[in-house]
Amino acid sequence: MGYEITLATSMCISVVFALSLNLITGFCGQISLGHAAFFGVGAYTAALSSKAGLAFPLDLLAAAAAAAVFGFVVGLSSLRVRHDFLAITTMGFGFLFLGVVRQQDWLGGEMGISAIPGSGLSKLGYLGFAAAVAVAVALFSAYLKRSWLGFSFAAIADDEDTARVVALDVARYKLLAFVLGTAIAGIAGGLYAHHVRFISPDSFGFVESIAVLSMVIVGGIGSVPGVVFAALVLTALPLWFQVIEDYKLLLYSALLFIMMQLCEDGIGGLMRRLTQGRRRTT
Amino acid sequence: MSALLSVADITVRFGGVEAVSNVSFDVQDGELLGFIGPNGAGKTTMMRVITGLVTPTLGSVCLEDWDLGGLPVFRRVQRGLGLAQQIVRPFNSFSALDNVALAAGQHHTARPMRALFSFRRARERAKARELLKLVGIDHVADSMPPSLPLGYRKRLELARALALEPRLLLLDEPLAGLNQTEATALADTIADLNRRGLAMILIEHNLSEVMRICPRLLVQDNGRKIGDGPAESVMSDPLVRSAYLGTGEPG
Repeated sequence: MGYEITLATSMCISVVFALSLNLITGFCGQISLGHAAFFGVGAYTAALSSKAGLAFPLDLLAAAAAAAVFGFVVGLSSLRVRHDFLAITTMGFGFLFLGVVRQQDWLGGEMGISAIPGSGLSKLGYLGFAAAVAVAVALFSAYLKRSWLGFSFAAIADDEDTARVVALDVARYKLLAFVLGTAIAGIAGGLYAHHVRFISPDSFGFVESIAVLSMVIVGGIGSVPGVVFAALVLTALPLWFQVIEDYKLLLYSALLFIMMQLCEDGIGGLMRRLTQGRRRTT
Repeated sequence: MSALLSVADITVRFGGVEAVSNVSFDVQDGELLGFIGPNGAGKTTMMRVITGLVTPTLGSVCLEDWDLGGLPVFRRVQRGLGLAQQIVRPFNSFSALDNVALAAGQHHTARPMRALFSFRRARERAKARELLKLVGIDHVADSMPPSLPLGYRKRLELARALALEPRLLLLDEPLAGLNQTEATALADTIADLNRRGLAMILIEHNLSEVMRICPRLLVQDNGRKIGDGPAESVMSDPLVRSAYLGTGEPG
């Protein structure tokens, strides 16, 4: 039973992480190839602050705040570059984060940080907490998508120049998307740190950034239920089948390629078309 | 009485090329100004100076005594400029109705945090439907823009600009690409909007429609203003006829 609880907790953390990227890339159209770095900022902040005595779950708030500060800085670059260049910029931030962390002794260097204090909850209790956070983030995402903020994000994702013509302050909206999305990624990182209780730079590399992007693309860019579903499945599969874990980058890249070619709007779009088709036939 | 829009001594240089040379004009509240000139006259550059896409080398643009200098496009739109662009660019992922509703909700979207706590869209959608009816395309309100013909998308662009409740509407070649029937119908809609009190600047190459609906013309050639006044008298000016139509003798 212990393994199932651990797996389910990992799946909940992945849902939070994937929804955080969905907010930036799915809702607001800002591509990010370095999202694992914000997850890492959250994990390191939670690990260090809880070791320094900050109680759980207050350290998760510290994790969110630290990730949001970095998100704000990287978001500033989204005001100057678009599309492919933003992808390269965010990827660069991901590598920069890893480079700095590996060199800093106070961050544990290559060895990482071990003996991170637990949450104080039982394994089942922690699963419940992670699940509650995942549900809260999913509900917030669903609300945000239907709010005027989500409406404006969708307009910016569609055409930034036209968004300006309808009086949208595109720069502020993009910054807010980065701050909100990276803050939630920070919470996911904090949850992860307390879950595994040992973190090292390897957990926040390029492969993780591609993995979370795959969850968003496979789920359907902007679709909350689709991204939740993809995050659950794509987290469970590598843990169930070792071969998938071994060839994760290859498989996720292939998945990205296939979805882009065959089903651009992902599982969310597929579900939408199926339900619309069923409504038409009834 | 101060003018609604005051363009003063605008000069725009791109490297060694002077695209606009010392042009000044005013637009009064409720006025419909036709802005014409041959290709390369600098009309679109002047329009871009007003909207903030081009920074003038010299001169100033004021809207209701607000100096628009240095303000980005969205701030000028918030101050009361409406813009219908020559090349229509609707939000292709929104229905025609939602394209207009987004603009109608600018009080919600002026600040991102206010937008986060605003949820209902019914009032803005009702207003959007009214505006689509006003421009004659309410029967395609739920259609996606890529499936609409150009004439409809031009009207959608107009409805979206109207949803912002502008003090002054800039129309950049709204009749371009339309057949004569469509062009006449859209020109009638523009004239009707003006009769309701909306001030507009109409940049247009369709001279017959401009002459039909615009009481006042501004003519620009090679970046210089060569005519400004009542449409009939401007078009009978030999300098204008020579520059714009290639007929008549310059004085």
